[in-house]
Amino acid sequence: MKTLTVSVVTPDGPILEDSYDMVSCKAENGELGILPGHIPLVAPLTISAVRLKRGNDMERLAVNGGFLEVRPDKVTILAQSAERPSDINVDRAERAKKRAEQRLQSKQDEIDFQRAELALKRALNRLDIAR
Amino acid sequence: MASLRDIKHRIDSTKSMKKITGAMEMVSASKLTRAEQNARSFVPYSEKMQEVVASIAANNTSVDHPMLQSREVKKTGYLIITSDRGLAGAYNSNVLRNLHQTIEKRHRSKDDYLVIAVGRVGYEFCRSRNLPVAKSILGLADQPNFADISELAKETVQMYSDEEIDELTIFYNHFVSRISQEVTTKKLLPLTDLQTGLGSASLSQYEYEPGEEEILNVLLPQYAESLIYGALLDGKASEHAARMNAMRNATDNATDIIDDLSLTYNRARQAAITQEITEIVGGAAALE
Repeated sequence: MKTLTVSVVTPDGPILEDSYDMVSCKAENGELGILPGHIPLVAPLTISAVRLKRGNDMERLAVNGGFLEVRPDKVTILAQSAERPSDINVDRAERAKKRAEQRLQSKQDEIDFQRAELALKRALNRLDIAR
Repeated sequence: MASLRDIKHRIDSTKSMKKITGAMEMVSASKLTRAEQNARSFVPYSEKMQEVVASIAANNTSVDHPMLQSREVKKTGYLIITSDRGLAGAYNSNVLRNLHQTIEKRHRSKDDYLVIAVGRVGYEFCRSRNLPVAKSILGLADQPNFADISELAKETVQMYSDEEIDELTIFYNHFVSRISQEVTTKKLLPLTDLQTGLGSASLSQYEYEPGEEEILNVLLPQYAESLIYGALLDGKASEHAARMNAMRNATDNATDIIDDLSLTYNRARQAAITQEITEIVGGAAALE
């Protein structure tokens, strides 16, 4: 069976490079599932989980601020950060979540609000995947 | 002539200085190795980023994203990358001299430009000369990661999008090799040289989801941020290399001084002994 080579690259270095059967992720306008032989595609990703499937195993990665580049036999995910569940610092994410929630409750101007919202999304995404 | 004790004292203090500079050299050498590694691990990201951006830009000439367009320059942003600490030879002064000359040449009034300073030395320089500092980041780690700089990078790119500045130039030391660093001035925004260094053969046609414009909106700021981060990593590697060289020179100089002083010390000691013998002989002769 054909496989996809998936590499996940961040500014701090490559996170992962391996072959998988399927990649599914959440792009800006909906869920995307990539199988081998997909046409070349570029799509921005939301702050979400990227799921990598091989056989019956499923791996999950917490991705933030990234986009996906697809070629028929290769998928590259470029993200500002990407973490495996084992690399996620749960305490830190919890703290970030609390902080962001407090900020959202206190009334502030719009930019801070957006920033806090993004921070909250990142924290929730990390916590979700770490569990 | 200095007394024996004075010379001895100077030898001792130079020796302890040499120990310190020697240790600092080794510390910088190991930090440099790490910094080089960091810079290397960033390469795949930046290459891929550039490839995708270039392929989008090459595929459709109709894109007129504001970050790709040159507009009339009313205000220029200068991003300078300096270190937090001194003792790095000409590392900081080269960047700052370059910045100063550029500003002198190009601007009459302080309203025409602003400075974004990375590193304490650059920040203090601008403060003491009353240059307008819009943003600064001090006390950056020796091995910064992307999260440390992402906020500054984002805000800087945002300033361009908000038309607060109409172009962005970055000053930093490019790491050529362990013994040579070069001051580099790069125009970061607007992004004009997307195709450089890329053969058109490597470009592939992509589908864009949702559309090219939306992709560019996400991609170009990220690309600009990654360029800033790349310059920072490059600058950090240069900083450690510059400090390592400065410290090696200091250690070498200390060795020379110690040699000279030891020679003087031995001569003075010999002279003292000779004098003593002459005095004893003279005294004995006077008694006979």
